[in-house]
Amino acid sequence: MSMLNGLSYGLLLFMLSAGLTLIFSMMGVLNFAHASFYMLGAYFAYQTSSWSNYWVGFLIAPVLVALLGGLFERYMLRKTHKFGHVAELLLTFGLSFVILELVQLIWGRTSVDYSIPTSMQAPLFKLYDSTFQTYRGFMMLVAVLMLISLYLLLKKTRIGLVIQAALTHPDTTEALGHNVPRVFAYVFAGGCGLAALAGVIGGNAFITEPGMAQSVGAIIFVVVVVGGMGSLGGALIASILIGLMQTFAVGLDWSIVGGAQSLGIDTTSETPGYSLWKLKLSQIAPILPYLLLVLMLIVRPKGIMGTRDE
Amino acid sequence: MNSSLRPLHFKPLNGVRIVVWSAFALILLLLPAIFNSSFAMTLLCFTGIATIACLSYNMLLGQTGMLSFGHAVYTGLGSFVAVHAMNQIVAGWYLPMWLVPLVGGFAGLFFGVLFGYVTTRKSGTPFAMITLGIGELVFAAALMFPGFFGGEAGINSNRTAGKDMWVNFGLSFGPQIQVYYLIAIYVFFCTVAMYAFTLTPLGRIANAVRDNPERAEFVGYDTRLVRFLVLMASSFFAGIAGGLSSLNIEAANAELLHAVRSGGYLLFVFLGGAIFFFGPILGAVLLVFSFFLLSEFTKAWQLYIGIVFLIMVIYAPGGFSSLIMLNLRRVKYGEWRKMRWPYFWMFLFGLIALWGFASLVEMAYQIQVAAGSGSQLTVMKIPLDAASSSSWIIATIVLIAGGIAFEYWRRKFAKVWSDGEERIADAIKKAEAAIV
Repeated sequence: MSMLNGLSYGLLLFMLSAGLTLIFSMMGVLNFAHASFYMLGAYFAYQTSSWSNYWVGFLIAPVLVALLGGLFERYMLRKTHKFGHVAELLLTFGLSFVILELVQLIWGRTSVDYSIPTSMQAPLFKLYDSTFQTYRGFMMLVAVLMLISLYLLLKKTRIGLVIQAALTHPDTTEALGHNVPRVFAYVFAGGCGLAALAGVIGGNAFITEPGMAQSVGAIIFVVVVVGGMGSLGGALIASILIGLMQTFAVGLDWSIVGGAQSLGIDTTSETPGYSLWKLKLSQIAPILPYLLLVLMLIVRPKGIMGTRDE
Repeated sequence: MNSSLRPLHFKPLNGVRIVVWSAFALILLLLPAIFNSSFAMTLLCFTGIATIACLSYNMLLGQTGMLSFGHAVYTGLGSFVAVHAMNQIVAGWYLPMWLVPLVGGFAGLFFGVLFGYVTTRKSGTPFAMITLGIGELVFAAALMFPGFFGGEAGINSNRTAGKDMWVNFGLSFGPQIQVYYLIAIYVFFCTVAMYAFTLTPLGRIANAVRDNPERAEFVGYDTRLVRFLVLMASSFFAGIAGGLSSLNIEAANAELLHAVRSGGYLLFVFLGGAIFFFGPILGAVLLVFSFFLLSEFTKAWQLYIGIVFLIMVIYAPGGFSSLIMLNLRRVKYGEWRKMRWPYFWMFLFGLIALWGFASLVEMAYQIQVAAGSGSQLTVMKIPLDAASSSSWIIATIVLIAGGIAFEYWRRKFAKVWSDGEERIADAIKKAEAAIV
């Protein structure tokens, strides 16, 4: 059961990191505001679903956010392009700041009641004693469908061909008559739309509040670094790994003290470093992704599927 | 004769420097005489601490081109170690209280070595992401070890504990003025040290690593080692800032390690300007000003700061210090006079548009955040009512009209500015030709 929950969380992380990776590998821009677009997706979906129903929000919110993302790229990001990648990163950092404040301004500082549609609150099936909610299944379905369509779009269509060409040989692609800056704007918008879609299906599964962007933002950066900068396959593996790791760790009460006890070694609070040894795995769950990041950087700095090591 | 062929003599103590640093010391000495209320005293102390922290951050951002999202790790951990050192003094350690900031500095250095070993393996964007991860790691870990970090509540201490020791020169550090002068001394020497650092061979190579890492590598420098060394130096000064903050507020809590604080250093160093050495000092003043004064003035201050930041990134990536320097250049070449009126009208209409925008934002906040206190509010002395539609319409009209007028003058200004730029370039060319 943790397995399935972890998988669904991992797939959600992948939906987020896919857009981030795509934007990064294409434009070299690390979109610091990516998680903010995720948050906007959740809030837009909340707003539209409170006016009509969930499915309208499901369709409209990602489109709206993609539009906003495209406008941001066209009118702000492109102007800083000449100052280099650090300036672009700073711009998206500032944007994340402004989006957070605007969200608090419009929807308040506490969480909003964005709930799962009643039709999908029922358990899908039972395994042992725990139930698996239909909505979790729906989340996984959406993520997998998105994954497949992204793959088909990039590998099997003409649009994907142009995107891939613009990615590796921007000048040649431009010379062949394609508007590369416009392709960039579309990719940026598409990435933001993917983040918003993740927000639409993740916002009600977890919680929709102004802090949601920050809590997930750092994790998706870890995913992108661990997976290898700019690698979609690596991002998939890393997100599922982190999703599973976090869900499993939360359910486990193992600690080094406990392990020592079962081996017959008694430790007391007098033992040196006791406060470290007594920590349970469930307690350190929040920092596991970061520990993985540090470990990965020491063992394999280019990430799981990374090709370039700068 | 070509001016570039004149032999360069290294004179660290030249006339200009003596004047500038003496003036800096004099300002630090005299500030409490001018601002002597207890609130101003508090602000001065925080500004001093922020100055060291921002300057140390700029060793990374401005000097080496390392965009760090985790600088609060070093200031914060420096604070915690310093606060524990203070508690040891309370318990009877024979350590002068005025050395506590240095303890924080060495703690910062220690953690700089520890985390820097991992983070400096990468540069550029990956470095930024990894520092963010390390920052989250340290913040989350801080809540796991309540013994050392004191959990949510933090750890308190007492700075007057060492008052009976002769090593404290009879100072108790009870009165805020004593703490101010201690901070001022640290600010002065840290600023001198960090400025001197920019002139060392390492400081120069750091610039090379920022501008062209491939070339620096090719010439034979290990760019990773350079980044690592700079990060160590930077974290040492960051630790001193953390130690001073412990001494100043006699406490440390996990908030000091939070990503918001790291982001704040980045934001204000950038606003102050990362290109010039004095930029971060300006940034530190802005930081304290925003956190303590602007936040009193409006609840939406973070929104305004964020928008100003966005505008600066797009139009003035050198921050306020570069704006000052660019205008001083105009004055030098006698170009400033032509820009007076465009400047005046641009600022005037800019302020009018700003009033409209601020009114809209403040009314929205009044409804959303402070609904309990009624719908009446004033924006820059002009009364408004968030519940009446006329207030909203007026604010919108002012914003649009002011915005259009502002844009008109901005375009005129841009033209005057670029014309002036051409004339200055010509003047420089002529001057060079005259020398040859």
